[in-house]
Amino acid sequence: MTNQSIKEIQDEIIEEFSILDGDQEMSNFYIMELGQKLPDYPEEKRTDDHIVKGCQSKVWLNSSFDQNTVVYQADSNTAITKGLVSLLVRILSNQSPDAIVNSDLFFMKEIGMDRFIGTQRSNGFASMIKQMKMDAVALKAKVELNN
Amino acid sequence: MENISEQTVKAFDIEEIRSQFPILNQTVNNKPLVYFDNAATNQKPQRVIDSLVDYYSGFNANIHRGIHTLAEKATSEFENTREAVQRYINAAEKEEVIFTYGTTDGINLVAETFGKANVKQGDEIIISTMEHHSNIVPWQMLCEEKGAKLIVIPINDKGELLLDEFENLLSERTKIVSLVYASNSLGTINPVKEVISKAHKYGAKVLLDGAQASAHLKIDVQKLDADFYVLSSHKMYGPTGVGILYGKSSLLEDMPPYRGGGEMIREVTFEKTTYNDIPYKFEAGTPNIADVVALKKAIEFVEEYGIEQIGEYEDEVLKYATEALRPIHGLRIIGEANEKVSVLSFYVEGVHHFDIGQIMDSQGIAVRTGHHCTEPLMNRFGIEGTVRASFSAYNTIEEVDKMKQSLERVISFLRK
Repeated sequence: MTNQSIKEIQDEIIEEFSILDGDQEMSNFYIMELGQKLPDYPEEKRTDDHIVKGCQSKVWLNSSFDQNTVVYQADSNTAITKGLVSLLVRILSNQSPDAIVNSDLFFMKEIGMDRFIGTQRSNGFASMIKQMKMDAVALKAKVELNN
Repeated sequence: MENISEQTVKAFDIEEIRSQFPILNQTVNNKPLVYFDNAATNQKPQRVIDSLVDYYSGFNANIHRGIHTLAEKATSEFENTREAVQRYINAAEKEEVIFTYGTTDGINLVAETFGKANVKQGDEIIISTMEHHSNIVPWQMLCEEKGAKLIVIPINDKGELLLDEFENLLSERTKIVSLVYASNSLGTINPVKEVISKAHKYGAKVLLDGAQASAHLKIDVQKLDADFYVLSSHKMYGPTGVGILYGKSSLLEDMPPYRGGGEMIREVTFEKTTYNDIPYKFEAGTPNIADVVALKKAIEFVEEYGIEQIGEYEDEVLKYATEALRPIHGLRIIGEANEKVSVLSFYVEGVHHFDIGQIMDSQGIAVRTGHHCTEPLMNRFGIEGTVRASFSAYNTIEEVDKMKQSLERVISFLRK
């Protein structure tokens, strides 16, 4: 399990964004840079089953279970969305299913997520979070069933 | 250019023009606004904004049938706009000018009335590959209801209509040809006069979607011999929520009414209703009076500088932008017709249009990204969408330079 809690990682992200001082252009470039650092998404999982429904851009999500934590891999066909998705992966990956399901993603408000996703894309982002939480529940149930 | 010598138009002073558009005088994300989303809707000069305020503060009243002073004034201003539109599109009679809520509304009106009355099973309606969804869906609905067939004129890789193919598609079965005058996604100006004359040989009626063309080209419905012509006020410096349907009076008179209600009637009893004359037959209910009144000011703005002069200036900006962007590695312009209005659509290999649009916005530059309500056209080019920069009278080449810098920056970042 990761050493940092969901809250601690969010605090870290808020700190990073505060340095950008609300500059929209710099923030966008920073987000794209984060996306570029996201580990490569497995090509065999780039299928329609892995597409997150409700997103304007294409977003792929693969969730797996490793040592009682959920591991997320994700990708998007647009650089900014990929960067935003990378934040969610950074926060929620390698956490326990319970921590994921109960997480309060307060960082979105703090970094002014609305500026990046706008009203049209906010539903897509909400779908992404919902999918990540649902996958966590499903993976946990599957493991419990096998035990 | 033939009319320019006949009219006296004001010299084209870009600073003086820009000063009339208060919205331009602002920063977006701490950068001066560069508004390149004019094909979606363009901005309004102060006189249009003032006109809306003047109407509501000075003579708001329901039009027609009122005998009091305010109603008289509102009616006369409303009807003055009808005359201004008649002049703007050179309609033979003012009764041929019908107020709608926009281009979409106008097309639906024709499909629901003329279409339903004249299209029968086995008949054909011709549109083109570059139509806006608004000029596809109403005809699809009509075809479905009537058992008619929707036929599509193909285009070449430059985004030009294949006229020979069009001729082959025409037959006695063709009842309606509905074609965009200037494409909102490509900028292509279609050879509508030729299309109309060919269609008329087979007895087909032609509707022109003038949404995009009307702020850039001199419109002459008589010279074109168009049967129907539709446009939207908000794409030509006027308010939203107003459109124009022009129809030849002989056609409009024979068409059944569209919406039932006040104003469109002559006499109502519970047994039977007789209908009003054109144009009122098609203007049921209280219309969008304030916006119609203000549309006249938008027309006056265009007439003051002359549409030819505005068009020439926009062509210069388009040409400059096209040449500025073309050398960018991996950039492909979609829409390279010989005749274009000021629309520049492009995509960049390996860089998603959403990212370009969002980065540009963070630099204060407003462009449109996506399929521009022309999905079949995007499919024709095998792409998901484009970035579209579209120019109006108040845009400058300095603004184009800013767009180019912004574009180069995002491309080099994402390619590193």
